[in-house]
Amino acid sequence: MANNIIELKNVKKTYDGKTYVIEDFSLEIKEGEFVTFLGPSGCGKTTILRMIGGFDTQTEGEIYLEGNDISILPPNKRPINTVFQKYALFPHLNVYDNIAFGLKMKKVDKAEMDKKVSEALEIVDLEGFEKRNISTLSGGQQQRIAIARAIVNQPKVLLLDEPLSALDYKMRKEMQLELKSMHKKLGITFIFVTHDQEEALTMSDKVVVMADGEIQQVGTPEEIYNEPANVFVADFIGESNIFNGVMEEDKKAYFADTLFQTVDDFPKGTKIDAVIRPEDVEITEAGAGQLDGVVTSADFKGTFYVTFLQCGQFEMEVHCLKHYAEGTKVGLKVDPDNIHIIRYDMSKNHYVGSVASVSEHGNVTLKFEDFSLKVPAARVFPGSTFADGVITGADGKAIVTEGLGVTAFYSPESAQMSDDIKSGLVSGTIISFYYIGDHYSYTIRTASEEDYVVDDEYLWNQGDRVGVIVPEEAWGFKLETAGGEL
Amino acid sequence: MKKSYFDRKLLAIPYMIFLVLFVILPLLVVIYYGFTDAQGHMSFSNFVAFFSNGRTIGTLVYSFVISLVTTTICLLIAYPIAFILAKGEYCRKHAFLMIFVLPMWINFTLRITALKEILTMLEGNLAYYPFMNTIICMVYDFLPFMIMPMYNSLTKLDDSMLEAGADLGANKMQVLIHVLLPLSIPGIISGVTMVFLPAMTNYVVLDMVYNSTYIMGSLIGSYFSSYDWNNGSVISAILLIFIGMFTIATNRLVGNTEGGRA
Repeated sequence: MANNIIELKNVKKTYDGKTYVIEDFSLEIKEGEFVTFLGPSGCGKTTILRMIGGFDTQTEGEIYLEGNDISILPPNKRPINTVFQKYALFPHLNVYDNIAFGLKMKKVDKAEMDKKVSEALEIVDLEGFEKRNISTLSGGQQQRIAIARAIVNQPKVLLLDEPLSALDYKMRKEMQLELKSMHKKLGITFIFVTHDQEEALTMSDKVVVMADGEIQQVGTPEEIYNEPANVFVADFIGESNIFNGVMEEDKKAYFADTLFQTVDDFPKGTKIDAVIRPEDVEITEAGAGQLDGVVTSADFKGTFYVTFLQCGQFEMEVHCLKHYAEGTKVGLKVDPDNIHIIRYDMSKNHYVGSVASVSEHGNVTLKFEDFSLKVPAARVFPGSTFADGVITGADGKAIVTEGLGVTAFYSPESAQMSDDIKSGLVSGTIISFYYIGDHYSYTIRTASEEDYVVDDEYLWNQGDRVGVIVPEEAWGFKLETAGGEL
Repeated sequence: MKKSYFDRKLLAIPYMIFLVLFVILPLLVVIYYGFTDAQGHMSFSNFVAFFSNGRTIGTLVYSFVISLVTTTICLLIAYPIAFILAKGEYCRKHAFLMIFVLPMWINFTLRITALKEILTMLEGNLAYYPFMNTIICMVYDFLPFMIMPMYNSLTKLDDSMLEAGADLGANKMQVLIHVLLPLSIPGIISGVTMVFLPAMTNYVVLDMVYNSTYIMGSLIGSYFSSYDWNNGSVISAILLIFIGMFTIATNRLVGNTEGGRA
């Protein structure tokens, strides 16, 4: 690991032994990098930071610093310093003693300490503040002192836990740039945690997008923005128009009732999600673009207009410099380069279970973690016949059903949601949703941590408790073969 | 428009009456008696008598020692308990807190009587160790008053302060000395105030464990019961000054540490 300063290997964390806040997290951080953990609150980004700092210990996995396992080292033994979210400056000490705290613990002599403290104050632009009391400082100044207190120890890695979240907008912008130049000057590896995507894109060399305790994508800000790995990243970073579609032929995708030329290539027939950024759509005269639309609203945002258009049943957001009046019919043009195609996540809505019993009428009862299904045998075993309690396969051999593994799946558009939670096959809470052109895609999580994706044209809220209704005929089944492969 | 005759200031009247009758007036009476002799003439003789009498000075010192030892032991026991209660990670935190505060719900003489029986059982005769028994009973009596304010101040302490200490290279002991203790001073001072001052005058405990040595409270009581208002008053006044000085000194100290907070 030549210049990997931090390496996380299969790190897992659970507080109660049941639900994992971090699920199998592996990451390499190069020396001198500015890495940002970005994700919505509760995604586990702060937990990862705390484990690197030593304030929390992972349940499984290892953390390496320059190749040495530091998994169980206490914070005071790690050459890593932290800038805490609420600064955590010591109120009983003045600025000098706060900054010198770490040096005192290392028993640095007085003359050198004086020199280092004033250097640190110089870096954060607060020369001459040594004797000031912490309570007399503004939020921005306290922030700088907290940074000075950390960097004065010359750590190998500096951890920053949402350090700018308490500052007002203008101050935050200023500190972002200052932190970035500080990073360049000092050459220390910075690990920054934020939920602000703009902040992450502005500052970092490498962005780690997280959701649900898992890495969604790792990449440069440009990669994250231009080539989102999945719908979550596309939706979380910036504004985006997302459409479900299918690859019609080579480099041609069909979505939003239109055939688009694309750059990304997938085999014919692949189900896809297409992502188009609002600023990448050009508004032209009606008929001159790939599709036409009618302006439904246009709001001025300072440098551009956020324009919403209705293209048939699909909605499209466009950022443009010109104002188009409501009701104007226009054409929309998208450069193939600006259409980002993501392979549709086929692992959604797959549930592993087994055959529980076969009834005398030839119905098979399948048991899954959250639910059970009772379907005619022929649905599970295509081409099979049922007689005298024995299911005979298409090849004429009797099928041994006992304990046979079965995977059941359904497509999101075939399912429905209901606020009568008892009416559903399973019930859970909406944990996230995206707008996909003409409908919303909801992810519902049940108590046993299984996710169910359901498409619905109406707007529900995150946190709603709903029942998931999947019609029996919507289920597809896959049998576990002898090798255990599906 | 009809004017309402009710003024919120009127609500203060009951307390004002109480204040004048039971606080200000008695204080004036104490001061008057303290600075007059038995014939009612202005005099400092009571003062002179107090400070020139070895026995009364001895009583002051003895009260001070009892109070100091009680406060110190309470502090040493209460601080770790308060810390565990405030920062420990376990369920039913409030139930544990309740257990430590529960003795306050039981009548004070009843508690001491029960403890007395236990001590008698262990020691045979309480008269063998009057000082130790006094301290044991005092500590038992005052411990909850030390735990509560410390618990309150420690729950308000941000955990990230302790983490910051460790982050900057301090081991557990150094975090305790350089971060936790300085930040707990406001709680420690209010706990000490709650224990130290009452402990100086609480002669009931001494009576109950047959400790015949006088402390300030019993000295005042003995003068008053023999109708020597003047000497009793002067001691009360001296105690008042003593307590006043102590309070001002601690407020200064708390003011200094809290100045750094906010």
